[in-house]
Amino acid sequence: MNPDSLVSISDISKEEILRLLRQARYFESHPNQRILEGKVVATLFFEPSTRTRLSFETAVNRLGGRVIGFSDASTTSSSKGETLKDTIKMVSNYADLIVMRHHLEGAARYATEVTDVPIINAGDGAHQHPSQTMLDLYSIYKTQGTLDNLTITLVGDLKYGRTVHSLLEAMYYFNPTFNFVACKELQMPAEYRQFCTDKGIRYNEFTDFSPEVINSSDIIYMTRVQRERFTDIMEYEKVKNLYNLNAAMLDDSKENLRVLHPLPRVNEIDQDVDDSPKAYYFQQAKNGLFARQAIICRALGIDIPEEK
Amino acid sequence: MSSKKELAVAALRNGTVIDRIPSSVLFEAVRILGIERLDKHVTIGNNLDSKELGTKGIIKVADTFFPEDVLNRIALIAPTAKINIIRDFEVVEKYHVELPSTIMGIVKCDNPKCITNNEPMRTRFDLIDPKHRVIRCYYCGHSVTASHAHIK
Repeated sequence: MNPDSLVSISDISKEEILRLLRQARYFESHPNQRILEGKVVATLFFEPSTRTRLSFETAVNRLGGRVIGFSDASTTSSSKGETLKDTIKMVSNYADLIVMRHHLEGAARYATEVTDVPIINAGDGAHQHPSQTMLDLYSIYKTQGTLDNLTITLVGDLKYGRTVHSLLEAMYYFNPTFNFVACKELQMPAEYRQFCTDKGIRYNEFTDFSPEVINSSDIIYMTRVQRERFTDIMEYEKVKNLYNLNAAMLDDSKENLRVLHPLPRVNEIDQDVDDSPKAYYFQQAKNGLFARQAIICRALGIDIPEEK
Repeated sequence: MSSKKELAVAALRNGTVIDRIPSSVLFEAVRILGIERLDKHVTIGNNLDSKELGTKGIIKVADTFFPEDVLNRIALIAPTAKINIIRDFEVVEKYHVELPSTIMGIVKCDNPKCITNNEPMRTRFDLIDPKHRVIRCYYCGHSVTASHAHIK
C-alpha cells in the first residue's frame, strides 16, 4: 500500500487540503511544465467517464508525463473475468501512478491493498470522488478568498449525490453553515445529518428553494434531480421543477455569491443564469485541471511551490 | 433444576463454556466459531430456561481455549453471550463477549455494488458506533447494525 494514494477526501488532513489548494493556484498560473517528464500515469476507466478522464489526462500531458490506459473495460481482460487485483498488479509493472474509475464501491480502496503504486480514486460507484471534491473546494476558495465561515446551500438531490456528501465532509474543518434544500424523497441522509451534529456543523433543512435561502448564501451548489431516483413517478413530476434556478432569483443575492454545479446539468439551472457573473460552473470544471495537477504531484511525491 | 445446571457446567474438567446465547442464533454461533471442525468433546444445549432471554443456548467445548478475539466474533449475533473458562472443574475466568473494533471476514456486505461482493477477497467492517452497535464496511462505507449484519 502506498501512503500517497488518495481514495477518499477524508484520507487527507486540513493542512494537506490547504496545501493542495495553494498548489492548484500555482498550477493555474503555471499550467504547462515538464515536472512529470519520464513518468507514466495509467488511467484505468473500468466505467466510462469522459469528463473526468480528459481532465486527468490533460493534467498529466500538460506536466510532460505520458499516459497509458483504457476508457472502457469492455476492451480489457476484466471483460474476460480477470479480477481487479490481477489487472492492478499487471498495470503496476508499467506505471508510476494509477488513476482509476470503477463502477463498484470500494474498488479503489481495495486496489491500494494489492499494489505499492499510488492510486488516485477517480470515482468508485456512488461512493467517493475526491478530485471532484478538491476542485469544488478550490472553486469555493478562489471565489470567496477563504473556506472559513461560509454559508453553503446544497440544492436538489442530497440523498444520492456523492459530490454533496464529500463536500460536506471536507468542509467540516472550516466552520461552515449549510442549507439543505431538497424534497422529502431526496433529503440529506440521516448519517450525514448525524455527522454535522457530531462535528458541530450548523445546518438548516428546507423543502422550499426560497429567496431567504438564496439571499443568505455565499455558495449555491446545484445538483440534478434524476427521474430514476423516484419510485413514484407522480412524485417526480411534482418536484422536478421546484429546485430550478433562474437569473431573476439571483437579483437580491449577495455580491460574492457563486453558483456551482458538478455538471452535467439538464434544466436545473436556466440558460439565462449562464451570463450572470455569479454563474461559476464552467470555470469550476476548468479548475478541475489545476486541482488534479496538484493531486497527481502529491501522489508521486513531487514537491511543488505553493501560491496564495 | 438449578443443581442439574451446575452439574452440567461442572462436568467439564477443562475447557470453555459459552452461555446465554439466544436460542435462535445458537447454531449460527457454532458455525462462526468453527466448532463443527473440532475433534474435542462438544456439548450443545438449546431452548434451556433463562430468566433474561426466555430460552437460551449453551456450548461447552472440552480442552479448548479460544483466543478472546475469536469468541468476540459471536458478539455480532449474540451480544448477551457469556464466556466461562474452566480449569480443573473450576471457573477461572468469566467475561461477556464484546464487539471487536474491526471484524475481518464473517460479515457479508449488504451492498450488492460493494467490491467485496464482486472480488475474491475478505470483508472488513469497523465498529463505528459501539453504543448502537453500528458497523461499517471498510470498503464501500455501507453501515449496518450488528444484529442485522449478514453473516457469511
